[in-house]
Amino acid sequence: MSSSPIIGITFGNTTSSIAYVNPKNDVDVIANPDGERSIPSVLSYVGSDEYHGGQALQQLVRNPKNTIINFRDFIGLPFAQADVSKCAYGAPAVEVEGKVGFVISRGEDKQETITVDEVVARHLRRLKLAAEDYIGSKVSEVVITVPTSFTSEQKEALEAAAGKSGLKIVQFINEPSAALLAHAEQFPFEQDVNVVVADFGGTRSDAAVIAVRNGIFTILATKHDTNLGGDNLDNELVEYFAKDFEKKNKSNPRTNARSMAKLRTHASATKNTLSNTTSATISIDSLADGFDYHASINRMRYELVTNKVFSQLAAFIDDVIAKAELDPLDISAVLLCGGVAYSPKLTTNLEFMFPESVQILGPASKQATSQPNELSASGAALQARLASEYDASELAEALSPVVINTPHLPKAIGLVGSQGEFYPVLLAETSYPVQKKLTLKQAKGDLLIGVYEGEHHVEERTVEPTEKEAKEQDDDEEEWSDSEDDEPEIIREKLYTLSTKLMELGVKGVTNGIEVVFNINKDGLLRVSARDLKSGAVVKGEL
Amino acid sequence: MFTLPELKSDITVNVISDAKKSEAIRRPVEPVGKHFLHHAQRTLRNHTWSEFEKIQAEQNVKRVDESNTDPDEALFDDELADESLLEHDPRDWKTADLYAAMGLSKLRYRATENQIIKAHRKQVLKHHPDKKSASGAGLEQDGFFKIIQKAFETLTDNNKRAQYDSCDFNADVEPPKKGTEYDFFEAWGPVFAAEARFSKKKPVPTLGDLNTPKKEVEQFYSFWHRFDSWRTFEFLDEDVPDDSSNRDQKRYTERKNKAARDKKKTADNARLVKLVERAVNEDPRIKLFKEEEKKEKERKKWEREAGARAEAEAATKAAAEAKAKAEAEATASAAAKVDKKKAKEAAKAAKKKNKRIVRNAAKEAEYFGEADKAAAIEEQTGFIVDSLDDEQLVAVAEKIKADPQAAKQVLKDASQTLVDAKKLPASVLSYYL
Repeated sequence: MSSSPIIGITFGNTTSSIAYVNPKNDVDVIANPDGERSIPSVLSYVGSDEYHGGQALQQLVRNPKNTIINFRDFIGLPFAQADVSKCAYGAPAVEVEGKVGFVISRGEDKQETITVDEVVARHLRRLKLAAEDYIGSKVSEVVITVPTSFTSEQKEALEAAAGKSGLKIVQFINEPSAALLAHAEQFPFEQDVNVVVADFGGTRSDAAVIAVRNGIFTILATKHDTNLGGDNLDNELVEYFAKDFEKKNKSNPRTNARSMAKLRTHASATKNTLSNTTSATISIDSLADGFDYHASINRMRYELVTNKVFSQLAAFIDDVIAKAELDPLDISAVLLCGGVAYSPKLTTNLEFMFPESVQILGPASKQATSQPNELSASGAALQARLASEYDASELAEALSPVVINTPHLPKAIGLVGSQGEFYPVLLAETSYPVQKKLTLKQAKGDLLIGVYEGEHHVEERTVEPTEKEAKEQDDDEEEWSDSEDDEPEIIREKLYTLSTKLMELGVKGVTNGIEVVFNINKDGLLRVSARDLKSGAVVKGEL
Repeated sequence: MFTLPELKSDITVNVISDAKKSEAIRRPVEPVGKHFLHHAQRTLRNHTWSEFEKIQAEQNVKRVDESNTDPDEALFDDELADESLLEHDPRDWKTADLYAAMGLSKLRYRATENQIIKAHRKQVLKHHPDKKSASGAGLEQDGFFKIIQKAFETLTDNNKRAQYDSCDFNADVEPPKKGTEYDFFEAWGPVFAAEARFSKKKPVPTLGDLNTPKKEVEQFYSFWHRFDSWRTFEFLDEDVPDDSSNRDQKRYTERKNKAARDKKKTADNARLVKLVERAVNEDPRIKLFKEEEKKEKERKKWEREAGARAEAEAATKAAAEAKAKAEAEATASAAAKVDKKKAKEAAKAAKKKNKRIVRNAAKEAEYFGEADKAAAIEEQTGFIVDSLDDEQLVAVAEKIKADPQAAKQVLKDASQTLVDAKKLPASVLSYYL
């Protein structure tokens, strides 16, 4: 590995993370000098000093006018298109040269106007310094993740800002793909699957349906909601606490911006604690009118308070699946990332909503990382590691549209089974050229290999619940009502039917299994060959 | 488990070529992950699947090789280089090949401290008496293990190792036999490389090859001519007896050892000098340089003599030119002589003619009507003709020729001129005056 590693940066509205692949080939998420692995994307100015990360976040209470928050989404956008209400709690956004900018007072009577580009550059420089401190060598190249909704202008602006801070962006990768890459590295998918990657950040939510075919990802649909995220949970919680405080002290903290800022900071911390424990306390000295505030809240209460938001989040995932024109049955897993993913309620909500075939890959799952907010940074680091093995020109070639834009199969191609059923080998949305091997160890005798296109549909059957199931659910002390158990259960199944017949191959005298190889070249030529594992005899067909 | 249906009809390959596959959808794939980069590689380099799999497999094998094997491990001996070591008497450990005992027979003096420690560990694991006794041999059969321990002790002590290396004749490379055919560089390179281990000065220049510049070759040999060796022969010393037994004996042995050491050192130095001498004599580059030098000398000489040569050339050229000139002049003068003679003759003839004209002028003019004085006129005309110089004669003759009637006047003028010029006395020319 070269002396200066390429690092991966995830630059979020709320927090940013940096990661790199250390010489031991493990992904290290880099902590800044304050020990924060997810570094708040906040810059604050007090006089001539610049604060960054967690230190800057604390300034949000004392010094909100000079604390810049939630600036990521503004980069490269004209002022008119930017949703400046996002930084209502921090330094107000103003129009500077048609772009978003901030007016910061630095010391007595000194005003500094900085554009969002400059803010981003300063932020990235801080991240770069943190990475250099940690790794101990110069860092000059990064792989950076961006939301799928980022336009090329925004990418260009980001690249320019990164250039100002001395970082060369080797590659932009989409946040959901980065997260999925990091996940797949740790928990490889054994089969081709469709995955929903849901990233619930602080201020916005993004979800993408990604088809994983032979390790290659294809985004089928994306959905963004810039008004849904962890901050909504905070808001609900703040409102709850404010009400409680008002009731207890007869003083309204909502009228005082500083009180609200304090409450918001503490509520957010309490929320985070509640992800891990079933109850948490909040205690704020002198919240409003000199009254202190102490309260404890249990998880149940919290979940009730924020139920609305959680159902929005769940519905958001459902929407993106619908947008991809898929059925929940087509989805094998939902990968949760971002800070909100820590909430156990989100996982339980989703588990309840989706059929059992859908795995919910949240921090509680054994099949997923326990650090969902570090996924995309890890993915970026992994990609950076891969990229470091290639020349710049090679990488540029690999990223050219000729390579990236590949044909995808609209329908599954597979074999017909002994009962006349369809067995998909290459699923729909498989990009080609592709090759897939299928080894049938038990195959014996004379066999017919019928290659068909398959069409799938969802069948619904209604089954009366058996007694055993009912009993089981009685034992569970879950919150849903018993009345549900008595309703007939609807079983939905995904079935394939044979569609167009493509070819038939006959193999004779197989004794020890066969290997069937499906190969589609870049022109869409399908080649199926069956090889007798014992004799090595090959039967081939081309279409 | 999925099972294939049975073959009912006799089909080998039946492609439904008119089957309409659904149209492909073009979508961008996500440019992340190794699978994507593999896809990119395949697409850009037009690899087929089998080619690609082969390349991948090769890379994997390489990676596994790199990660699994200790580079040092490959340099150790797999098996004991000399089986007789197992039977070697541990009391005579000094005569054993210690590097071979350590499994370092390939590395020898090149082995690093780390490698020695690693090799020792490996040998101990294999040859520890406990191991041996497990396979049946008695615990007392630990001779070889003792040698290994001695070897380790010797080779890990810098001083002792230097002494041992000095006498590790197994590491010496013999120079090629005289009179045999060999490539100079192939044969001598290792010889010098082996000798270089004793150099106090580092780095030691290498032999190089046929294209090594002259300066480096000269440096190489001057280094070896002035070789400073740390080689000592203490290792071969006879054991000095304990000083408690006999001091004289001890001193005697010490003296003997020192003498033997010095002798060996001198012999070794002499050997090296001879070796270098021989190499110099055999070095094809030196021959080449000598030849070049000779040629250069000749060329220089040629250049130096250029001035003299030019002079001589110029001299011969000048001589030839002079000769040619002289010849040309001679012919010219000869021609001129002839011409002169001719001219003279012509002039003589002209003179004669003129004289005749003048002499006859009076006669032609019938003696100017004074025929009685004919004799005197003739005589006096004759005096005039004889006294006139050439030019006057010509002028007079011309005048007479031009007007024979005026001859008398012309002759009168001529005689007047002659008298004036005092060539003739006036008395002689009485007629004309």
